[in-house]
Amino acid sequence: MTSWLEVVAPGALATVQDLGRSGLGALGVGHSGAADAPALRLANRLVGNREGAAALEVTFGGLEVVAHGDLTVALTGAPCPMTVDGRAHWAFGAVRVPDGAHLRLGTPVTGLRSYLAVHGGIGGPEQLGSRSTDTLAALGPTPLAAGDRVLVRASTGPLPGVDLAPVAVPAAGDVRIRIVDGPRADWFTDKALAALVSQPYDVTADSNRVGMRLAGPELVRRRDDELPPEGMVCGALQVPPSGQPTLFLADHPVTGGYPVVAVVVGADLPVAAQVRPGQRITFVRVPTAHPAPGARDD
Amino acid sequence: MRFLPCGESGLLVEVEDLDEVLALYAELVEEPPAGVVDLVPAARTLMLRIDPTRNDPAGVARAVRAVRPQSTHRPDSGLVEVPVTYDGEDLAEVGRLTGLGERGVVEAHTAQEWTVAFCGFAPGFGYLVGADERLTVPRRDVPRTRVPARSVALAGEFTGVYPRESPGGWQLIGRTSLEPWDLQRDPPALLVPGSRVRFVEA
Repeated sequence: MTSWLEVVAPGALATVQDLGRSGLGALGVGHSGAADAPALRLANRLVGNREGAAALEVTFGGLEVVAHGDLTVALTGAPCPMTVDGRAHWAFGAVRVPDGAHLRLGTPVTGLRSYLAVHGGIGGPEQLGSRSTDTLAALGPTPLAAGDRVLVRASTGPLPGVDLAPVAVPAAGDVRIRIVDGPRADWFTDKALAALVSQPYDVTADSNRVGMRLAGPELVRRRDDELPPEGMVCGALQVPPSGQPTLFLADHPVTGGYPVVAVVVGADLPVAAQVRPGQRITFVRVPTAHPAPGARDD
Repeated sequence: MRFLPCGESGLLVEVEDLDEVLALYAELVEEPPAGVVDLVPAARTLMLRIDPTRNDPAGVARAVRAVRPQSTHRPDSGLVEVPVTYDGEDLAEVGRLTGLGERGVVEAHTAQEWTVAFCGFAPGFGYLVGADERLTVPRRDVPRTRVPARSVALAGEFTGVYPRESPGGWQLIGRTSLEPWDLQRDPPALLVPGSRVRFVEA
């Protein structure tokens, strides 16, 4: 029997996400996928899915769905109050949602993005090897809207015995994020490089899956020439002429024309993906882990 | 060749010019270094995305250094003929900027063979370089908020075809009937790095 979730309300933004697309950068297709990938993997493990199965990424809670078919779900990432037909459940464990039951997510206590995995995984067609919605490139399913039916794949394996996973929840208040020098750090003045790690940056409301616009000390360049477009990475701190950096997240453009002053270390990318507008980020510079040998050849 | 740091999941290789980018890309795309999961050629650089569980940037840099690309080597992804109706809103302006006149622009655009150097901006948006600089024009001062899909346009040293309706600052010279991006096609992009392109009057 086919199971599905009927969307009653999507909240601010809910999308289908898995671990994204790889190997298509030369066609102008970015990676996309869950902004907080470890949270997606955990949600899938809790319901016995493979870690890269598709799940729902829910931004700032507010999702309401009705189960069609007996389902088992798990919620990770930003912890939201969750009710099933009015009965409260806590995140980070498997929860049964019987056929016809209403599942509602409240506002997360901390953090921004929650992951709702369903035993079997979210279905629907793949595009270029992934079910992820790339909001910049307009790939994958459109963001969830009221009335949508979200297909659930037939479950293939048993549910795991783990009831509850102990995890650290996203931090409230100021957040420390480690960075390494980026490819164009030498385009900036020493004063700018010092400013980047001296005072916190506000996360502005102009933030989404593409990137987070930050507001703080202006990062002044030491050269004014135009940078030819070049490849970008997730976690890049790109600095447009305003001197206010943008921190690129999962749906970042494949190439960009502004210099990248620094890059967030991989372990802190999921942390960055959970910082809300209004919180502040303090960047901490750490040495580049793997300096390239003889970085300059000629 | 310079290796520029991008954290543990990236390495930006900077070379002298586009020819060197294409030569290096042609070598590496055939046999990527261990752990390299994606290659993004651009105007002066090649970005290598690395799976940090399989290699680190220093290891990838060593592998790239061992490659001896031949400067004439370009990835050859075949010849594509693109029919164009030259009636773009900026055709007259491009004729004036280049001093070629409208007819001269059409002739210069159709007379040369173009090569897709790289893609970016949107899936399937190729940046094509030609054989000469007659058609080098600046972007529009004020970008359009809406450029129709399949518009053929010029900016800087590049020409390109908008794969879908989007904002854009390139100078529009015409439109094609071909679909630059089609998910039912493999690859979905009509123009991929290394494609050689001939524009013909429709």
